[in-house]
Amino acid sequence: MASKDKNYTPSEMMAVRASKELKDGDVVFVGIGLPNVACNLARETHAQSLYLIYESGAVGAQPERLPVSIGDPALVTGALSIVSQSEIFQNYLQGGRIQVGFLGGAQIDKYGNLNTTVIGDYAKPKVRLPGSGGACEIAVHAQKVLIVMRMSPKSFVEKCDYITSPGNFSLGKTRKEWGLPGAGPQTLITDLCVMTWSDAEGEFVVTELYPDVTREMVEAQCGWKPKFANKTRDAGVPTEIELKLLREKLDPQKLYL
Amino acid sequence: MKEAISESVRDGSSVYIEGFTHLICFAAGHEIIRQGIKNLCAIRLTPDLVYDQMLEAGCISKMIYGWAGNPGVGSLHAFRRAVQKSEPNTIELEEYSHFGMVSRIQAGAAKLPFWPLHNYAGTNIPDNNPNIKTIICPFTGRELAAVPPLEPDVVILHCQRADNEGNAQAWGLYGTQKESAFAAKKVIVVAEEIVEASVIRSDPNRTIVPGFLVTHVVHEPWGCHPSFVQGHYDRDNDFYVKWDDISRERETYRNYLEEFVLGCKDRDAYTKKMGSQLMDQLRAKSRMCEGVDYGF
Repeated sequence: MASKDKNYTPSEMMAVRASKELKDGDVVFVGIGLPNVACNLARETHAQSLYLIYESGAVGAQPERLPVSIGDPALVTGALSIVSQSEIFQNYLQGGRIQVGFLGGAQIDKYGNLNTTVIGDYAKPKVRLPGSGGACEIAVHAQKVLIVMRMSPKSFVEKCDYITSPGNFSLGKTRKEWGLPGAGPQTLITDLCVMTWSDAEGEFVVTELYPDVTREMVEAQCGWKPKFANKTRDAGVPTEIELKLLREKLDPQKLYL
Repeated sequence: MKEAISESVRDGSSVYIEGFTHLICFAAGHEIIRQGIKNLCAIRLTPDLVYDQMLEAGCISKMIYGWAGNPGVGSLHAFRRAVQKSEPNTIELEEYSHFGMVSRIQAGAAKLPFWPLHNYAGTNIPDNNPNIKTIICPFTGRELAAVPPLEPDVVILHCQRADNEGNAQAWGLYGTQKESAFAAKKVIVVAEEIVEASVIRSDPNRTIVPGFLVTHVVHEPWGCHPSFVQGHYDRDNDFYVKWDDISRERETYRNYLEEFVLGCKDRDAYTKKMGSQLMDQLRAKSRMCEGVDYGF
């Protein structure tokens, strides 16, 4: 999708746009991959006192290099606290202390349900994926969830083959009816557009288009017929400073970008 | 290590090689492969490369787990082959989220019949796992999930230092080290360094497991490579990335096992193969803390 006249890639755009969702002082549960890059970019730019919490037990991490996974020795060095995983899940997450959780997946539907378990049937899967890890409990307990995913008709589906992490309406009930404490997925950041959860519509609605992206391009990559806000906003473009941080400091090996 | 494994792990045992990304004792996994132990019920939050290797070697027939991927890289190919094609053998999966795994281990440690957690509503996870039940809170009437205790036959814990009694001290990411030792029937402590008891007693807050729970103490420097040990050596991330290629085909995978597992009689032989250049590159740069005053 990289166009000749742009000086950034779709992944860089996603990371930059995701970082904007984070406010200074937010308590964030950080996931693997692009969310990791986005959180560390926010910390380097507009949200220096972001509390980065990793499911491995690092609280208030200030990694001096981009962590290669959610468990990395650089998350420990200089952190505010290191706790056991039972503390992370029981006190921090189930205790309602996490303001923002980041998730992604192999499949998503218009309600924000995510599948990271199997493509096809559970007993005879076409593709066996890693499973939940901490994703299910993040989706249940984080005060709000941000989702970062590249669009394709295979991943933006009418119905997930399996629901690993609950969105705003799953298996016939709303979050409230299920008694889920967190507010659920609120923003969905893709490589073409940003979608926002709409209570009125009862589904995700496209609210921002990236430069040079048309509605038709979004529709072509979406397995359901996406709704668009009456007036979509401009998502902006990455600044030179942001691109320099991403390329030279945060992910110089291009592991995620 | 040879003795600790042969005296504790049998065909059909349930085994938990502990460590969440940090302190994963690959040396123990390799010894299990060398001893040809089969039909294990392998327990971990993240099976990681260590169980992927044991799977390819045919050691595992059941897995209790939460996330089976190559952390930060992608898929575990032996795991996928086992599930999708029953190669080299069929495996039974008992799948939770990480919170579910941690809860099971806590119930095991506390010897309670179940552990409650507020989770899984609105998902398909309980559909495939009859061990995840719904209970009603007797005080509030709220619906919660409950999971039964997990009490592994053997838990293998790697740590920075321990004394001869197995009083073990670890720092950095803990995973479920403390709880799993109490849940286990047998505990093998593997340490980078064996120290005098006085060293342990000088800093008691750092002790994660008391020696009276421990059945074997093993001194095994570099026992976690390619995983890491805070203050000793970094994760060998290049290896985790390379693993994606090595493990993709059964042939290259077998070659790896032949050379680095079956072809090494112990960890010393493995570290010689690693070579001093790689070890120098991974060795941690020191960051000492100030220390605390335990006086009264």
